[in-house]
Amino acid sequence: MSTLTTNYLTPTGREEAWRFTPLKRLGGLHDGTFKLATRNTLALASAAAAGVTFERIGRELVSAESKTDDVIVGRIHEAATEVTVLKIAANAELAEPISLHRLAGGLTDAELSRVQLHIGANAKATVIIENSGDHLLAEDIEIICEPGSNLTLVSLQEWDSKTIHAGRQHAIVDRDATFKSIIVTVGGDVVRLLPTVEFRGQGASVELLGVYFATAGQFFEHRMFVDHLVPNAKSRVNYKGALAGQDAHTVWIGDVFIRAAAEGTDTYELNRNLLLSDGARADSVPNLEIETGEIVGAGHASTTGRFDDEQLFYLMSRGIAVEDARRLVVRGFFNEIVSEIGNSDIQDRLMTRIDRELEKAGAQ
Amino acid sequence: MSTLEIRGLKVSVDTENGPVEILKGVDLTIKSGETHAIMGPNGSGKSTLAYSIAGHPKYQITGGTVTLDGVDLLDMTVDERARAGLFLAMQYPVEVPGVSVSNFLRTAATALRGEAPKLRTWVGEVKSAMAALSMDPSFAERNVNEGFSGGEKKRHEIMQLELLKPKIAILDETDSGLDVDALRIVSEGVVRAKADNDLGVLLITHYTRILRYIKPDFVHVFADGRIVEEGGPELAEKLEANGYAEYVSK
Repeated sequence: MSTLTTNYLTPTGREEAWRFTPLKRLGGLHDGTFKLATRNTLALASAAAAGVTFERIGRELVSAESKTDDVIVGRIHEAATEVTVLKIAANAELAEPISLHRLAGGLTDAELSRVQLHIGANAKATVIIENSGDHLLAEDIEIICEPGSNLTLVSLQEWDSKTIHAGRQHAIVDRDATFKSIIVTVGGDVVRLLPTVEFRGQGASVELLGVYFATAGQFFEHRMFVDHLVPNAKSRVNYKGALAGQDAHTVWIGDVFIRAAAEGTDTYELNRNLLLSDGARADSVPNLEIETGEIVGAGHASTTGRFDDEQLFYLMSRGIAVEDARRLVVRGFFNEIVSEIGNSDIQDRLMTRIDRELEKAGAQ
Repeated sequence: MSTLEIRGLKVSVDTENGPVEILKGVDLTIKSGETHAIMGPNGSGKSTLAYSIAGHPKYQITGGTVTLDGVDLLDMTVDERARAGLFLAMQYPVEVPGVSVSNFLRTAATALRGEAPKLRTWVGEVKSAMAALSMDPSFAERNVNEGFSGGEKKRHEIMQLELLKPKIAILDETDSGLDVDALRIVSEGVVRAKADNDLGVLLITHYTRILRYIKPDFVHVFADGRIVEEGGPELAEKLEANGYAEYVSK
């Protein structure tokens, strides 16, 4: 038992935010019945660069930049005694991405990791977080984008099959800043991520992109919340998922809130799911709440479908065998987002993984 | 020398009211180097013939045979038929999002030739095939048929015909939606493929204008799921003058 004294109510599964999540498979992250680990497995893997600092800092020196009503994020903020802080100085323009890797962890005790990623005014950078191995992990990443900054954050969940991973990636985006998030989830037993955005200044622009591929028994949930608090901000959400195998289950929730003050908002969100076999389930729920009519645009779309027989027929009529045709279609489906990562080694690796997931699915 | 032989072909499609017979016994033989035009009114079953031979799952074969050089095509999967030497240029080519033309062509060539084409010669092959059809080189990086104009789709089909070198090609209303210049460019591609590969062509069309560029050796009039009249090129001229009225009213 952990000794946390959280005031958060333990979810029962009846709450809107938890109604899809298999609580029993969360390793106790939601109700505190886990053993707290002392490790910190997020490590800097790229060479030192001017204007970049990576440190672990005592919690008393790092105040939280955001609020949360998520019980797991709350527990992280209570439990983590130090904060991993990545800072990119104002005006720095980084030619090479900053690379963070996940070191070896474990499943018998839970790592509660608190991270702050801070990009200074008018700086430009790409940060890539590569997660692999088997972990029991709750992680909160606060991303502070100062005015005029431009950050691309790539988060890869290439977990092994037993990983339980819950967490939040909360971006606070100030005036004229640009933030692009690409979340890839292709491994793990249960992954539940909250990509959330809080606009703090006008003229800011955010893109939340994601891909996921769940096979038999896997549960992947991506639950966004984009809070348009200020005028003239732009948000785009585009998540694409594939599912194959018995009890593969994915959840995509797209909550977008346009507050009364947020005149001139421009937002669009999209989720597409490809069901590759029977027995899999994709939940897809876009929610748009609008308190002002003075906006540029607000829309959403959600589709869940099977292989398009006409696409397969077209490819096969050119001599391409059915397995190769399926692979082409699935790669093509994901390519729109994977190609945004901008790193050909990672893109090739992900496409190979996607091929493998598809082969596994075909073998069932 | 190849021969596509269609004997007594009967085809049905499933509808809400049960199966409906579309092809009611089609006999046709196409040899290498020959061009056969199939002409007929809308709804006569011309496209059904094309898609049934290629193996589209929507069509149920209820009778007859289709063989290529004596080998039963109806027993093969769609990709096996293509590898046996059959090609279908579609009236409405399908969009495949996220798959580039160059990746698609190379995958198809690899499947048809049994090995990946050598990169060096392949790039040249694709470039010259595209240039021959007046296509911009940037075309190769676009996604298959996505956002293509009607003319671009048809050029892309005929470029594949030239690159993939089938024995027998079925062209399903390749002339539809083309302006005069595009029709000439696309037709020249077909004529080149015939000359280079001794291709046998089954040309399905509604209008005679494409026949000015691709001269048919045989013309077959198609109505109500079967061939109702056959002749030489002069039959096309008769159709041009009189239309299909006499066949439809039968």
